[in-house]
Amino acid sequence: MYPESMQESIRRLEATREERIKQGKIPLLDAEAKKALLKSFHPDYIETSMRALAVGPNKGERTPHEIADCLEAWPIVDPKRFDPDNPKFTVDVLVIGGGGAGVAAALMAQEHGASVILTTKLRLGDANTMMAQGGIQAADKENDSPERHYLDVLGGGHFKNIPELARALVTDAPGVIAWLEELGVMFDKTQDGTMITIHGGGTSRKRMHACRDYTGAEIMRTLRDEFKSRGIPALEFCAAVELLTDDEGACAGAAFVNLDTNELFTIRAKTTILATGGCGRLHIQGFPCTNHYGATADGLVLAYRAGAKLIFMDTIQYHPTGVAYPEQIVGQLITEKVRGLGAHLVNAFGNRFIYELESRDITASAIIRECTERKNGVVTPTGRVGVWLDTPLIELLKGEGAVKKNLPAMYHQFARFGIYMDKEPILTYPTQHYQNGGILINEVGETGVKNLYAAGEVAGGIHGRNRLMGNSLLDILVFGRRAGRSAAEKAQMLSVDKGAGFKHLIKFQAELRAAKVPKERRSPILLPEYRRPELQTPFAFVNR
Amino acid sequence: MARKKRKSEELSPSGNNFVTIYVMGEAYRVPKDLTIMKAMEYAGYRFIRGCGCRGGFCGACGTVYRTRDSYKLKVGLACQTVVEDGMYLTQIPFYPANKKDYDIKELQADTQVLVKLYPELMRCIACNSCTKICPQDIDVMGYIQAAIRGDIAKVADMSFDCIMCGLCASRCPAEIVHYNVGLLARRLYGAKIAPRAQHLAQRLEEIKAGRFEPGLDRLTKMSEAELSRLYYEERDIEPE
Repeated sequence: MYPESMQESIRRLEATREERIKQGKIPLLDAEAKKALLKSFHPDYIETSMRALAVGPNKGERTPHEIADCLEAWPIVDPKRFDPDNPKFTVDVLVIGGGGAGVAAALMAQEHGASVILTTKLRLGDANTMMAQGGIQAADKENDSPERHYLDVLGGGHFKNIPELARALVTDAPGVIAWLEELGVMFDKTQDGTMITIHGGGTSRKRMHACRDYTGAEIMRTLRDEFKSRGIPALEFCAAVELLTDDEGACAGAAFVNLDTNELFTIRAKTTILATGGCGRLHIQGFPCTNHYGATADGLVLAYRAGAKLIFMDTIQYHPTGVAYPEQIVGQLITEKVRGLGAHLVNAFGNRFIYELESRDITASAIIRECTERKNGVVTPTGRVGVWLDTPLIELLKGEGAVKKNLPAMYHQFARFGIYMDKEPILTYPTQHYQNGGILINEVGETGVKNLYAAGEVAGGIHGRNRLMGNSLLDILVFGRRAGRSAAEKAQMLSVDKGAGFKHLIKFQAELRAAKVPKERRSPILLPEYRRPELQTPFAFVNR
Repeated sequence: MARKKRKSEELSPSGNNFVTIYVMGEAYRVPKDLTIMKAMEYAGYRFIRGCGCRGGFCGACGTVYRTRDSYKLKVGLACQTVVEDGMYLTQIPFYPANKKDYDIKELQADTQVLVKLYPELMRCIACNSCTKICPQDIDVMGYIQAAIRGDIAKVADMSFDCIMCGLCASRCPAEIVHYNVGLLARRLYGAKIAPRAQHLAQRLEEIKAGRFEPGLDRLTKMSEAELSRLYYEERDIEPE
């Protein structure tokens, strides 16, 4: 139930509905208009929100302060407390991260004959993959092609994507869908098996495949089940806190802390795959976020200290539609599929102001402009502002029951708070969603550090400066699979030698000292801090 | 004016905006509109277990609680349920669960497969405890009955919204692990019963034959200006 103060605006929205249906599609903005909109309203363009890095491989490049604070920071655990010569496990391939990319990598590495261990800071499968609702792109229909998909990806990324990575993404896409089909993922299909596909923001063809609005959850629970059925060992609640490197600077495994017991240990591996996800829980510029509890940029920190170069760390994706009301779920995702199904974005006066399926950065900027400069937003009782998503319209366009059928998760989420989105609109505002950049990889997932691979959100270059909906679920599987295969093959050519340790840290710490980075600043973060300041205590294993 | 008043109430946990919750027997005064998860963090707990997506998708934060003066055992996801005064909380992120290992490629999607792998299904006494406890409002007992009948498609459809929090298994007197039965049924349905996408198979053939390589070769070598022209001037968009 909305408070009376918001209901007046709902009545205005209802009054314009008929007219809006007749209005049809709002034209797409041209290149100039897009540039101008981004420059004035996208959070990435706020000069004071970033700083140039003082240390490491990307020294001199700008990144948001919250990320810089992690990269320019001292280790949380003294490396001397680990015994790298006495590892707890020795394997061919070590996978760090238990989301879609990590599990896909582990499955592939095992299939290619490697001994594998997977570690994760939380529970296997508890990751952003699980939360992806809208869909996964793949050009597998007759009127579509990988070339078209490629052009859409590049356009969305402002043509800055690394061509080889975008090419790998679109070329592997149909194969990934087929792989998921074989594993038993229940895609939305018609009676004859044709995939039901819809548009996403920035797509020129309807190539978004979905599993109702549990697409990521359906993929993740299937992959996790396959992983468990194959008996691949996994360590849960064990967080990677540093990488191990050998005398030549090549990655040789990682150092961990068991979050339950505070035990410190190492795992030696011939090749290591980082699949630790993104940085949502750093709350860049104070934005709420759609991300998983564990999304604290740990992989970036570990790789950076070992000498891996990052790319596009000055661009963060704000999802245009985060929840703005009710307060309890502020910042959580309202999937783009809602707009794909036809819901309009409507301001407090009942008017549309942007084509709903512009790419994410454009739509987010337009909403911010509507609420700030134009003051056309709806104000909530706690003082937030937002614009409406006219979800009852979906029922009119697609038939009664369409909301519940296509968006069961979303429906549930609002119904818990007495808001029924098939009857009332929902209020929305941009929310921090995705790390567009990450560790620079090549098309098999190799980073700048020898024997270190990266896949999933922690990797960068694929999506350029902005990612399109449905390309993230795709990217984790394309590059997770590629990294897994490649790391397994490489491992067969290597042996585990003694002599791996933390030499890279000595060099990095010297840089920190020279840059006068305060000793209190530590990373990786591991888990965000949501306790009241007076109750905050460090992890028991942290050196003071 | 109202603002000042609210502030003083916030500072004093005895104000109207606070409720009392009990975590592992310990009482805490917490702001009343918080979710269980946020209230526990307010109280000083840092989650390591029992917290995941914070958005109602991962099933890590299944929580059992009682309120004062009520015999009823209630449940909810800690990230989605708002605190009530007098709530006694117990988180059950993990519950020992039986999962069969299988190779989905080898399994037959016949009417016997679910019962063969999970024979305890037959012990269901239709008490409906599983349905009553499900935070996703799934008719759990309904799909277990369908599983006993061997109707894989029905189990798959009915269990689709399952987030595998494990609360159903925690209450079942027959010791069934419902969510793993549902998962198996969905995988069998997806892999064996749903018809395969023909257009997908065709596209894979085309990719294998290298049909798109020349086009992609051209595109990957294009300058930003050329790509931009293609994108803004020539790209046609499939109608809604």
